[in-house]
Amino acid sequence: MASMTMIQALNSAMDVMLGLDPDVLIFGEDVGYFGGVFRVTDGLQKKHGLTRCFDTPIGEAGIVGVAIGMGAYGLRPIVEIQFADYIYPAYDQLVSEAARLRFRSAGDFTAPITVRTPYGGGIFGGQTHSQSPEALFTHVAGLTTVVPSTPYDAKGLLISAVESNDPIIFLEPKRIYNGPFDGHHDRPVTPWSRHPASEVPEGYYTVPLGKAAVVRAGEAATILVYGAMVHVALAAVEDSGIDAEVIDLRTLVPVDIEAITASVKKTGRCVIVHEATRTSGFGAELSALVQEHCFYHLEAPIERVAGWDTPYPHAFEWDYFPGPARVAAALRRVTEG
Amino acid sequence: MKNSRALSLHVPEPRTRPGDAPDFSGVDVSRPGAVPRPDIATDPREIRDLAYGLIRVLDDHGEAVGPWDPRLDADVLLAGLKAMMLTRAYDDRMYRAQRQGKTSFFMKSRGEEAVAVAQAMALDRDDMCFPTYRQQGLLIARGYPLIQMMNQVYSNERDPMKGRQLPSMYSSRETGFFSISGNLGTQFSQAVGWAMASAYKGDTRIASGWIGDGATAEADFHHALTFASVYRAPVILNIVNNQWAISSFQGLAGGEATTFAARAIGYGLPALRVDGNDFLAVHAATAWAAERARANLGATVIELFTYRAESHSTSDDPSRYRPADEAERWPLGDPVARLAQHLTVLGCWSQERQAAQQKALDDLVRAAQREAEAVPALGSKSSSRVTDMFDDVYAETPWHLRQQARELEG
Ligand SMILES: Cc1ncc(C[n+]2csc(CCOP(=O)(O)OP(=O)(O)O)c2C)c(N)n1
Ligand SMILES: [Mg+2]
Repeated sequence: MASMTMIQALNSAMDVMLGLDPDVLIFGEDVGYFGGVFRVTDGLQKKHGLTRCFDTPIGEAGIVGVAIGMGAYGLRPIVEIQFADYIYPAYDQLVSEAARLRFRSAGDFTAPITVRTPYGGGIFGGQTHSQSPEALFTHVAGLTTVVPSTPYDAKGLLISAVESNDPIIFLEPKRIYNGPFDGHHDRPVTPWSRHPASEVPEGYYTVPLGKAAVVRAGEAATILVYGAMVHVALAAVEDSGIDAEVIDLRTLVPVDIEAITASVKKTGRCVIVHEATRTSGFGAELSALVQEHCFYHLEAPIERVAGWDTPYPHAFEWDYFPGPARVAAALRRVTEG
Repeated sequence: MKNSRALSLHVPEPRTRPGDAPDFSGVDVSRPGAVPRPDIATDPREIRDLAYGLIRVLDDHGEAVGPWDPRLDADVLLAGLKAMMLTRAYDDRMYRAQRQGKTSFFMKSRGEEAVAVAQAMALDRDDMCFPTYRQQGLLIARGYPLIQMMNQVYSNERDPMKGRQLPSMYSSRETGFFSISGNLGTQFSQAVGWAMASAYKGDTRIASGWIGDGATAEADFHHALTFASVYRAPVILNIVNNQWAISSFQGLAGGEATTFAARAIGYGLPALRVDGNDFLAVHAATAWAAERARANLGATVIELFTYRAESHSTSDDPSRYRPADEAERWPLGDPVARLAQHLTVLGCWSQERQAAQQKALDDLVRAAQREAEAVPALGSKSSSRVTDMFDDVYAETPWHLRQQARELEG
């Protein structure tokens, strides 16, 4: 075991997979010699060689299209899109091609690719370095969307993603790359080393796709959450003193419906939290699922706490970010009802 | 034929990395004055050579030579020098402000000032520009107030974009400067669309778009050239080849196999390849392309061959991926120094005047900075305007946004 940040854990996952499987290779903008703008691929080119981890032209559609072609050949490419905000040029390749290749060829061809991309705000990146576009992928049949919230999960989930035979959208909450930011932007940042989930095995292990984690057991309400917002939800529980159960979904599609129903049936109250904009966000899907599966156990209306329905503003970052105060207020509303 | 020999994957690498001595032996620099200047009505098929040469006017001694000499008045040259120096002084100041924690981000254009400034001066004031984040010199050359640029960089209460954009992402319709996108390449086809609209309306104005060497790998580049060629759009399509795209050398955008200008040939467009650090050459090439567009002869592609002398932005350290002294060794020199040398040769400039102007511009920038810093920054502490973020999402703010604004106000 070693203490790792999320960046180091992701790096370790790729290092392990490059070592174990000669069909794994990594490419993307600035990922080779430089090691990526967030340094997630730091040292991998030097250690594993130029053709195992290399720079690409700035063309996201090209990066994903090439990855699909390699996947069709039988390789397992891991590609990095420098920011999730820049994934849109690749959307056609992801939606029309990667997601449907297995279906349209009746399994003749597949796209076992992993598309890693840093996402989310809280870094004063303005509207083109802060977006949370997960719902654009969860809506697409054939794509698996994964979001880790700790170094331990990040490594185990990334290895599972690389081993998956389907295309994976692997969204990395960049705000927690270096520490478990809890939304209290005015307080000092805690480093990962003080968090138990920064203890990460150095070798191979997996965290299964499609399985949520109960990160805090509780009785008064259920919070459904993922990514950086897991830490915000935990802060809200602490700040409000409400004994809520916090479920980290980890995989959005296919979502762990058993974990969701078990918890909501127990607590009878549900708050859904994400940083992405509210309208048609993944929270809408979660809300519908909870209503369909737990209607007779619900004792209060389901609450959604999300980013406002605007582009991500640069100056008003903290007024936009759905921080612990908003989550705590929602917890109070569902439990006081 | 049978497949029998094992293939191998080629991944390009730059000639040098940190610790190596800079090596520009691959840079093919033609003699100043050597490239012919064709008539604007020449069939693009007859001037394909221009895509492989390098239009240069200023020689090593600061003399203007050859057919591309635009023969500009000394006043114009002095104004150009001043705008380039002001751009540099502004960049230096804002870069430092970021380092002091006064703003979150900044991007300089050092070494590339001639691109924006000479091009702004060769265009008409009402021609429309679709720039990248590295053409702040367009705003400065067109006289956009420095203080407004700073208000944007500081995201303060007078920021014309209301704190919505990352610092350096300006916008000014009045100055003919399109809103900068963080997403690379998108503006290139938009420039073509603006030009098509101008042609459709029987307007006289033309458009000019800019893209970096790296971003030519985006599909938008192809769309721009295709549409520009098909509709003979009155547009100038500029590729700023500053050799780097963050840590990636221009070979990763295909620059080792051919020139960026040569891309135009496949689309049937004329291409000029220009020494981007030569104010006179940049001005002359831009004027040629503008004249062609105004004559309804369609689009021209210009490759501006230059060098990104500093970091990509305040977020990277270039000494991690290229030799630290590469910028100083760039064989085409510095655009400010070269124009100053030319003006000195002409007898209208001196070291004393240079020093005096530098000081005057630094003072100007400092005064503007003081003014911008006196304006309160937007953000949680200036909460009176926080609900501004719900404006301009739609022309009419719909019910759900009004509800969210109320919720935010609490
Ligand atoms: C679509 C998209 N992909 C990636 C990025 C991240 N990015 C910002 S600038 C940059 C390099 C651009 O290089 P170049 O086009 O050569 O312009 P330069 O910065 O050299 O002026 C990259 C990769 C982006 N902004 N947009
Ligand atoms: Mg460049």
